[in-house]
Amino acid sequence: MALSSVLQTHPAGFNFDNVARNSALEGLFEGGQTPKPLKTGTTIAGVVFKDGVVLGADTRATSSEVVADKMCAKIHYISPNIYCCGAGTAADTEKTTDLLSSNLSIFSLNSGRNPRVVMAVNILQDMLYRYHGQVGANLILGGVDCTGNHLYTVGPYGSVNKVPYLAMGSGDLAALGILEDGFKHDLELEKAKELVRASIHAGIMSDLGSGNNIDICVITRQGVDYIRPYQESEYKDNRNVRYRYRPGTTPVLTEKVVPLKLEVAQEAVQHMDTA
Amino acid sequence: MLTAYNIPCLYFVLSNYGAVFQGRDLHRMFRNYCATPADIQAYQKESARKGDTMNSRGLRSQLKDSVPVAGLCPQGAYGVQDSLRSGFTSIKNELLPSHPLELSEKNFHLNQDKMNFSTLRNIQGLHAPLKLQMEYRAARQIQRLPFLPSSNLALDTLRGSDECIGFEDILCDPAQSEVMGEPHMMVEYKLGLL
Repeated sequence: MALSSVLQTHPAGFNFDNVARNSALEGLFEGGQTPKPLKTGTTIAGVVFKDGVVLGADTRATSSEVVADKMCAKIHYISPNIYCCGAGTAADTEKTTDLLSSNLSIFSLNSGRNPRVVMAVNILQDMLYRYHGQVGANLILGGVDCTGNHLYTVGPYGSVNKVPYLAMGSGDLAALGILEDGFKHDLELEKAKELVRASIHAGIMSDLGSGNNIDICVITRQGVDYIRPYQESEYKDNRNVRYRYRPGTTPVLTEKVVPLKLEVAQEAVQHMDTA
Repeated sequence: MLTAYNIPCLYFVLSNYGAVFQGRDLHRMFRNYCATPADIQAYQKESARKGDTMNSRGLRSQLKDSVPVAGLCPQGAYGVQDSLRSGFTSIKNELLPSHPLELSEKNFHLNQDKMNFSTLRNIQGLHAPLKLQMEYRAARQIQRLPFLPSSNLALDTLRGSDECIGFEDILCDPAQSEVMGEPHMMVEYKLGLL
């Protein structure tokens, strides 16, 4: 479509052409019918223990009042030694962590080193501050690098906090209560996993936006153990994914066989030349 | 009212499209970068002399054409207002931005460069940003014709954005844009003959 009034090509990046139209449309329908973004009303938590970092998350994604995804993966891969839990708008956390992971892999290809957690945090902070909170991503970054085990949180406006234990999302108050009660420095692996599991469970029980299963990701110097799901919800429904029934499932009540009488009307043979 | 804003816009157009690098341009550039109280007084004296006493400095940065886009024609096809896409005509919609991020995104690289160069000037002296800016200006002139997508390889390498992936590499890729400008019009606009 050639427009005679396009005098310069659009710059790459975000395009704000439709904003005026969208706000006019919202006013027209009294805000009731615009599509709502998929949010992960969520409980995510992280704990630094003796040998590394444990991250935990629930698996429910909601779209206003409806559960949109029961097995949503909220723990995203950033680099072999860094993982990130994301709360907020699902698309924003997904895309931001993807970009972060790409940038860090370019860096590690260039320099031949594993990236540090502070690098990931700084890149995220710059990116999120640039968009002044419009990118709705609350992230918990945890990883092990040459300087030790680190756990950071990055807010949607670019605020950063470095803490030994942490919970974010709509269920964070309940989860934080369990963490405050049970956290000690230099926990063992099993105790740390149990603590994170208990805190996510508290978040699931007390918050409507969190639910279903619990995922746990353990990051140590030796490697990463991504346990998905660590604990399945007790309230599972028995819906089938595929509706295929064994022969004999339906009982046969009566059977009637009618043979079809056919008479041969014409027979013709044609030889095929297979030479 | 429009004439007072067009003059600085024309200056920006000329300087962005590879004008000759003059000392006068440089002085004006750095006056905007690091405005000391003496600079502000000089600016005020100048604007009082020209006759506009309104403090238009802040307002100018809020207007949509602080970095100039197309001329004053409406944004629809064939120059007619496209009511379905942009609503009814209003001066406010044309001048003020519709999204809080619109201006900051449009000027993001400019602002970042401004900040970095003024810090560099304070730390290392005037020569450092001067040399870097000379290289940037040279690299920015390596472009294809205006209606073709240019790779900007030299500019990316200087900026360091050849090793970064951001939203500008994923969204709204100019190589895959759905609208095409008319080649003759675009070349004429760039050469200032329009």
